[in-house]
This record gives sequence, structure tokens and C-alpha cells, in this order.
Amino acid sequence: MEKRSVDSRVRGVSTGTTILAATFDGGVVIGSDSRASIGGEYVSSKTINKVVQVHDQIFCCMAGSLADAQAVTKAAKFHLSFHSVQMETPPLVIAAASVLQELCYNNKEELQAGFITAGWDRKKGPQVYVVPLGGMLVGQPVTIGGSGSTYIYGYVDAKYKPNMSREECLQFATNALALAMGRDNVSGGVAHLVVITETGVEHVVVPGNKLPKFHNE
Amino acid sequence: CSSLGTYDLSASTFSPDGRVFQVEYAMKAVENSSTAIAIRCKDGVVFGVEKLVLSKLYEQGSNKRIFNIDRHVGMAVAGLLADARSLSEVARDEASSFRSSYGHDIPLKHLSDRVAMYVHAYTLYSAVRPFGCSFILGSYDKDDGPQLYMVDPSGISHGYWGCAIGKAKQAAKTEIEKLQMKEMTCRELVKEVAKIIYIVHDEVKDKAFELELSWVGEVTNGRHQLIPEEVRQEAEKYAKDSLEEEDDSDEDNM
Repeated sequence: MEKRSVDSRVRGVSTGTTILAATFDGGVVIGSDSRASIGGEYVSSKTINKVVQVHDQIFCCMAGSLADAQAVTKAAKFHLSFHSVQMETPPLVIAAASVLQELCYNNKEELQAGFITAGWDRKKGPQVYVVPLGGMLVGQPVTIGGSGSTYIYGYVDAKYKPNMSREECLQFATNALALAMGRDNVSGGVAHLVVITETGVEHVVVPGNKLPKFHNE
Repeated sequence: CSSLGTYDLSASTFSPDGRVFQVEYAMKAVENSSTAIAIRCKDGVVFGVEKLVLSKLYEQGSNKRIFNIDRHVGMAVAGLLADARSLSEVARDEASSFRSSYGHDIPLKHLSDRVAMYVHAYTLYSAVRPFGCSFILGSYDKDDGPQLYMVDPSGISHGYWGCAIGKAKQAAKTEIEKLQMKEMTCRELVKEVAKIIYIVHDEVKDKAFELELSWVGEVTNGRHQLIPEEVRQEAEKYAKDSLEEEDDSDEDNM
């Protein structure tokens, strides 16, 4: 998460973070790193939580400007809470993603925020949606984002398999985050992971020194 | 029910016995219209409308009384047709706006609540008159199953297994109550719906009529559509044959 310096505008708007989400057999894992930085030089927070709960079984990862992302998720959380009371049923994951999409698309000039939405609903089960900066919406079985994601595309492409078990998927997500945090200087800290299934939600936090180690580390 | 003095001139006035006469008069407009029915069964909803033909120059299939709202919702109406058309646009806008905001089909109960709220708003002010129509909304979803809701001019909305609106609604309701709709499929139900419309049609007072039939269910993959030609012909034949016999026909399988 960076201040909007000239650098980042020129470089493009993927900024200091690693976020991901992946579906497995019966659920979905969503996770992020915990570093907030300024100018790519100073770590302003080592323990920021970028995984936000927008409803009982729907979570979002924030990317881009932290201020913008927090403002958008706050509005989305309210909107979904109201919507679910009106519908007398929990919102669908696609509805949560669509709410974020409307906010990102209609305010695209002012905002610099992208999201990964993941959750479980009774209609379609576990799902992952990505809403990048311009306000597109696309559903995928696995997705990664943030500046750290560039270093793990190969790993994700090679290692992700649909319908993994919960443990396999959790290991996959932890490895992916660890690899990204190991190479991206603006990603780091702890790995925040959330596992969402039909029965509920489980938070897993892996501190920096407990992250999986790879060769020559 | 007689109106007392000046209590019936605007919707913003209650009568001394607590009635809003303008709303009741609006309901009278529905009662003067020809009958529309809809029945919910195991795997869908079937709509049937008795469309009275008032002119020899009438073009078949025109002046439709069954509308499509989005892809998955059907709406059958009775009462002032112009009011009904206007409300169908309201329903379409609601469904469209929901889909745009939330990325999926509008649940029928929510659509029904929203349009009912709109209808109700027109019963509150003297500057406007209430809508002179009732309508029946039906849809099918593979997770939530078939749903059926009816909205009347007062802005009230209820869910039903079967309902009827228009001049012969009492007779139609009696016929509907004889059916075991929860155990029937759409294909079986189409014939019964056609038969009921034929039964309640008054040959003496109203001459020619056109039967408008539509359905939404597993058979149409959740899309609301007019009944295909072969199915409609089979249904109308069943209806006409049933009427020719004095007793109810037992030979057709139910």
C-alpha cells in the first residue's frame, strides 16, 4: 500500500501487497500479507490486515490505496448488511462482488482500489471473484493480486489444482504467499489466511518466522 | 357497500368506518375485467388468461395480458390494461436494476415486494389515483423452486399455490382448489389451467375469447415463455372435450 507517488502512477497501479484466493473441494481460502509501505522504502505497518469480512461467509482482500480500499469495503459491508436483511437471506458471493464492482466502476476516476472477493453461498458453494481497478468483474477458481503476485504466477499456474483438499489448498496458499513475500520488498510480515466453508469461517495466521522456507533461504 | 357523502373522492381520505373507497373502487375495475389465473405446481408455474375478443377485426395474439419480466418471471394481469402495462415496466426496471447491482436474477418475493410498494404509494395521495389492476407474478429457480405472488390495487402482496383475478375469480378459485397442484407437473397443469378458463368463461355474456397460456419451470429451464403450439392445442382440446361431457372427465390421466 503506497502513497500515490509519481513512481507508482508511471509504473502502474499494482502496489505493495500480495493477495490471493483459491477454491478447494468444499470451500475457499483467501489470504494476504501484512505489510503497508510508503515509497517502497519505509514499512509503515508490519501487521496490517488486508482480509476484510463483508458478510458472515464472504471476505475481501484489498489491493491498491489502503484508504480507498477501506472506504469502499466499509460502504460495501453496510450495503450487503442492508441487502441481506431485505432479502431475509445471506447475500450471494456474486452479489458482494457486484456491489464492489459498482463502487469501483462508478468511481473509477477517484479510486485506486482493487479487490479479490471469496466466500461460500448456498446456491453455488465456494466462489472467487476478482474486481480489479477499473471495475471489471470476473469469476475464477484461483486468483492472485498485488505487486507480489508477479513473482508467483509460475508457482500458481504449476501448483494449483481444482478440488484439492482443505489441507492441500491451505498449504498451497501459504507457500504462494511465502514465495511472494520472499521476493517482493513491499510485501511481508505475517500471512493472514481465512478458510470459508459451508460450516463456517476459520482464521489462520502464520508469523514470518513460521512461513515455509525454500531452498537457499 | 355504499359511499358516504364525500369520503370517496380521494385516496387521501378515510371513511368514518375506516375504508379508503378509492382503493375499493380500483378493485372494482379489476373485477370487471376478464379472468386471469396462475397455478404453482411441483416444477413450475402456469398462467392462463381469458382474453375477451371485442371486435371481428381483432388480430390474433395482440393485446397480450401476460408479460415477461426479465427472463425468469411471468406476469399475468387483470383490470385496466394501460395501468398494467405501466406496472410491467416498473417491474422490469426493478428486475434490471437488481441484476445490475447484484449480478443475479431478482428473487420473486423481493420483486413482488418492490412493485407492491410502488402500487401502495399510489394509494396515499389525492393527486394521483390508485392503479386499477391486479397482477400475478410467477417464476422458477432450480434452487428455490417455483414461486407465485399476487399484488392487488391496495399494494398488498401474498404468496400462493394458486390464485385467480378478474370477473370469474370465485368460480376459478373453486376449480383451482379441486386440484392437487403440489403433486402435478407443468405439463399436466397446462391442461387443467386451460380447462378452468373454459369452465369459467361466460358464453352468454361474453362471446368470443382467446386463451393466453404461458409457463415457467423446469420444462423451460427457468425461462418464462408462451406455451408452444402443440402443447397449447393439446390443452385446448382437453379443455373443450371436458366441457362437452356433463361430468368431469376421469379418463385423462391426472
